[in-house]
Amino acid sequence: MYEGAVQNLIDELGRLPGVGPKSAQRIAFHLLAAETADVKRLTHALTEVKERVRFCDICGNVSEEEECRICRDARRDGAVICVVEESKDVVAIERTREYRGRYHVLGGAISPIEGVGPDDLRIKELMARLSDGQVTELILATDPNLEGEATATYLARLVKPMGLKVTRLASGLPVGGDLEYADEVTLGRAFEGRRSLED
Amino acid sequence: MYVSHLQLADYRSYPEVYLELGPGISTFVGANGTGKTNLVEAIGYVATLDSHRVSTDAPLVRKGAERAVVRAAVVRGDRTAMIDLEITPGKANRARLNRAPATRPREILGILRAVLFAPEDLALVKGDPGERRRFLDELLVARAPRLAGVRSDYDRVLKQRNALLKSASASLAKRRDVDLSTLDVWDEHLATAGADLIAARLSLVSELQPLVAKSYAELTSAGGPPVLQYRCSAVPDDATPVPSEHPQLVDTLRAALRDSRDQELQRGVGLVGPHRDDLRLHLDDLPAKGYASQGEAWSYALSLRLAGFELLRADGDDPVLILDDVFAELDAERRRRLAEHVRYAEQVLVSAAVPDDIPDELRGARFVVREGGVTRE
Ligand SMILES: Nc1ncnc2c1ncn2[C@@H]1O[C@H](COP(=O)(O)OP(=O)(O)O)[C@@H](O)[C@H]1O
Ligand SMILES: [Mg+2]
Ligand SMILES: [Zn+2]
Repeated sequence: MYEGAVQNLIDELGRLPGVGPKSAQRIAFHLLAAETADVKRLTHALTEVKERVRFCDICGNVSEEEECRICRDARRDGAVICVVEESKDVVAIERTREYRGRYHVLGGAISPIEGVGPDDLRIKELMARLSDGQVTELILATDPNLEGEATATYLARLVKPMGLKVTRLASGLPVGGDLEYADEVTLGRAFEGRRSLED
Repeated sequence: MYVSHLQLADYRSYPEVYLELGPGISTFVGANGTGKTNLVEAIGYVATLDSHRVSTDAPLVRKGAERAVVRAAVVRGDRTAMIDLEITPGKANRARLNRAPATRPREILGILRAVLFAPEDLALVKGDPGERRRFLDELLVARAPRLAGVRSDYDRVLKQRNALLKSASASLAKRRDVDLSTLDVWDEHLATAGADLIAARLSLVSELQPLVAKSYAELTSAGGPPVLQYRCSAVPDDATPVPSEHPQLVDTLRAALRDSRDQELQRGVGLVGPHRDDLRLHLDDLPAKGYASQGEAWSYALSLRLAGFELLRADGDDPVLILDDVFAELDAERRRRLAEHVRYAEQVLVSAAVPDDIPDELRGARFVVREGGVTRE
């Protein structure tokens, strides 16, 4: 244990995803040794991200305004919505340049182990977007792992009465992983080869 | 195949040990508690990523050490594979193959195949269904490493579904409303993943049946014949046949989940699926568990292991055969017959506390195990 401020910093860093106690200690001492100006830039970036960045009112993607860049873009096809788990998945799909529709970010996947059920995801918001009949295709691009599949199955069943075309990304994505880890070519192909869900 | 080198660091009682082994028979002799089982357990771990004695990794790491390292060279034909395993309790293990950068440990499954006979094997006959499910699943994975994925997919579905059942059952107990629409989704995933696993086990059981009967007859003339029956928790009783085709298995599981839903919600845990199945062992038409004598039960357990060995051998080359302290459990006749059965395997590793317990047929290279060290005689 270190004295007050240093231990505080180590504790806070250790709460970040992927940072264990050892890394937290290493980062803390790196910051202690760093130039004041560098550390100021970091604190500024942290404050700014919390002050300026919010979530898009429509799709849930990160945005600096009430509506994100993609939702405001009139050239994007409003008849297709691609459902993803996280904002980083939007970035991954945008990189492929295959997709010209809009998105819906759920904010996670169904996972009872972590206490995440449908009510904890932005599913009500999705249903509201589908209710005006403009959307004709829903692409379920949740992660290719069990929780992503379960979420896709759940959504497919939920929207079935609406008679939309519901598709799932083609296989070929690395199974068990995150969408964001798929390279552009693979992800692009998965989009092109998306298949209709019957059930 | 055979293990040509084994090196342990901070594994169980060994700070450091290095062994060179050859094909054929090697024996390990030493008083109880000197570390014989620790050695063969490490070899078993390289084969299955699991210990036959404990279900967690913590006891495998030497007291006071942070991690254990197991390194083995496996010779198969004219190729040698180097496997490096780092076991750190509470963290993901790390594996390397031929000194290449780390891979997922699962990637090394199937490189070393081993069949381990241990005093605990009596539990195959006398113990809980879990012992027999483990026997089947380990053999499945040794034959087709792909099935490790099927197993872990099923385990994951089971965990998610049980978490949901648990919270739903708690809410129901407090008379709160629960939304069961996601349970339907998990039922569907459980039925599909469960059917994969059951289908694989069923075809394994039918391949094992004649081999178990043959081994049993070679070990003893008492009792028998052994009859294996896969008891599936998704069918209502013993008389109902278990479908062997995947689509019918999915339907069977779906129907069983529907029927037991109220009970599952009440108890807050999944009651249907391959995690509740059993491999029933009969001698003729009597259940071995209640009726077999000690000698018959041993013959049965050995027959199951030998059948597993024969199956693996039929797929390609011989798995490494390990007999850890089993001869002390057997009478002279069974010792001799077992030795006769295994002596020509490509590599046989035998351990005993008393040298005289090892049948003459199995005298080979001899290692003496003393506290903290192994020396070749
Ligand atoms: N994690 C551990 N750290 C240190 N010693 C251990 C550990 N696990 C087991 N041992 C020791 O190993 C010995 C048992 O070794 P074992 O291989 O089972 O003996 P045997 O030769 O009878 O097969 C015991 O003395 C036990 O205390
Ligand atoms: Mg022992
Ligand atoms: Zn948006």
